[in-house]
Amino acid sequence: MTVQTERPPSGPADVHKSAGGGGSGRPNPRASRIGALAPYLLLLPACAASVLLLGWPLLKDLLLSFQNLNMGQLIQHVTEWNGIDNYTEVLTGEEFWRVTLRSILFTAVNVALTMFLGGLVGLLLARLGKRMRFTLMMGLVLAWAMPVVAATTVYQWLFAQRFGVVNWVLDKLGWHSMADYSWTSDQMSTFFVVTVLIVWMSIPFVAINLYAATTTIPAELYEAASLDGAGAWKSFTTVTLPFLRPFLYATTFLEIIWIFKAFVQVYTFNQGGPDRLTEILPVYAYIEGVGNQHYGMGAAIAFLTILIMIGLTAYYLRIVLKQEKEQEEAGL
Amino acid sequence: MKRSLFGRVWPNATAVVLCIGFVFPVYWMIATAFKPTGDIVSEDPVWFPTDITLDHFRTATGADHFWTFVTNSLTVTVLAVVFSLVIALAGSFALARMRFRGRRGFIIGFMLAQMAPWEVMIIAMYMIVRDASMLNSLVPLTAFYTMMILPFTVLTLRGFVAAVPAELEESAMVDGCTRMQAFRRVILPLLAPGLMATSMFGFITAWNEFALVLVLNKDAEAQTLPLWLTSFQTVFGNDWGATMAASTLFAVPILILFVFLQRRAVSGLTAGAVKG
Repeated sequence: MTVQTERPPSGPADVHKSAGGGGSGRPNPRASRIGALAPYLLLLPACAASVLLLGWPLLKDLLLSFQNLNMGQLIQHVTEWNGIDNYTEVLTGEEFWRVTLRSILFTAVNVALTMFLGGLVGLLLARLGKRMRFTLMMGLVLAWAMPVVAATTVYQWLFAQRFGVVNWVLDKLGWHSMADYSWTSDQMSTFFVVTVLIVWMSIPFVAINLYAATTTIPAELYEAASLDGAGAWKSFTTVTLPFLRPFLYATTFLEIIWIFKAFVQVYTFNQGGPDRLTEILPVYAYIEGVGNQHYGMGAAIAFLTILIMIGLTAYYLRIVLKQEKEQEEAGL
Repeated sequence: MKRSLFGRVWPNATAVVLCIGFVFPVYWMIATAFKPTGDIVSEDPVWFPTDITLDHFRTATGADHFWTFVTNSLTVTVLAVVFSLVIALAGSFALARMRFRGRRGFIIGFMLAQMAPWEVMIIAMYMIVRDASMLNSLVPLTAFYTMMILPFTVLTLRGFVAAVPAELEESAMVDGCTRMQAFRRVILPLLAPGLMATSMFGFITAWNEFALVLVLNKDAEAQTLPLWLTSFQTVFGNDWGATMAASTLFAVPILILFVFLQRRAVSGLTAGAVKG
């Protein structure tokens, strides 16, 4: 029953078998030499841009993280190396670890909610009639297309202390203490609103994605399962779930990256407040570096953040690496 | 297989509730933007605006430099999308169709690049741009936005290129096309939905970018719409009408684009994005 579950069904594996860019099948030696270089030439612009616009800032960030760089040094253009002082200060301080833990928990909760609810909505889409599916799809697309900055502003208005709709509804539902509640005054309530916002924005991608994936499941698999006497739940766990696994991995990976980096939502909603209690790593690096003008320190935090992120996604990257290797060994 | 009445009703009922949940924030934004201030700050919310007013839009567009922001945003976004599409198309073709040493390394490299937390590298980017005396210019902004969307564009387009059957290309070459011609005449037209989908993602990313322009361009002449949007809260205090009008104006181009293209592009985007 596990056939075809290793990679997305319509993935590249089955199509580039016969392509062979190395000029294979063409005897002309000159053409084949150019052919051998062609992929590198084609990739050159993308790589050059990456090195210049991403590699350089990364390197610069690494260099800055070993410098004592505050407002004074910035204005006078002086470079003061201070070894690993920034790192020792960051790593021995309590604050960094607290923010890291908070970031990881924040990402975990948001990703779990998004994937779980998004998955349910995706399965629901597969079950709906045509017209209803289209309606729900349009609703999802509207939420998906909302620009982050605009969406955050709208949520500020929905959850506004005075005249906000949410407080009004809670009050009318009998929760009168919420009538004038300030959502930004407390750590947990700020996180609550940001979570609602992020989950609201992220579900459409997951749901539409998974729905699209379910449409590619061959009906024969379900027929075979029901012949084997599998009920609805059994065929879900033996057919649907294994089939969707690669999609689930891929979307979870993307969601982890996107949510871990959720700077705009957290920063514009409450600037990491109250009392810096909702700062997640990107916000922390920004406020410490740009806001408090400890540029060297900010750079060190930034670098550590990048390492943490790579750590969080290492598992998925390993899977991809293995898949690509298998594909190459299968003759591409 | 016949389902019970309950079995038929609950999916639709859930769908209706979900639909309302997803649409409401968008609806409320637009509704608030058109309501007179009296209806916005009322003890009981006015669910359906009856008196329509354009005052808030006038306030929002009357802000200093509004049209400069619009031009800047459009310039930066469109250029970044076009550059990244052109650069990525070449690279993704190589990754999807050719066999060479280091191919896997390139793919992992782009996946890592896609993870780049731009917001945290802002200090380094600021130093680079400052040392090049390019603060308050649209050039570095365009360059960095191009890079921000490039990895995603490469990886997604790679999925789309791979999905075009190689046989089509081969038969075109058998018919006497060069590889370049085969690409232009056969693959490119088939890639149209993929290009649209990826450019939409790029468009949204660049259109939304906030942190970098905030730090690099202090001069209003070189700022973009996201800064204008967030400035409303400080400039107008709690003028929710103007804020929502600004949000509406900011969101509407993308909403229209998205809904208009959703059939072809959205399904394309999802299909392309997940192909590992």
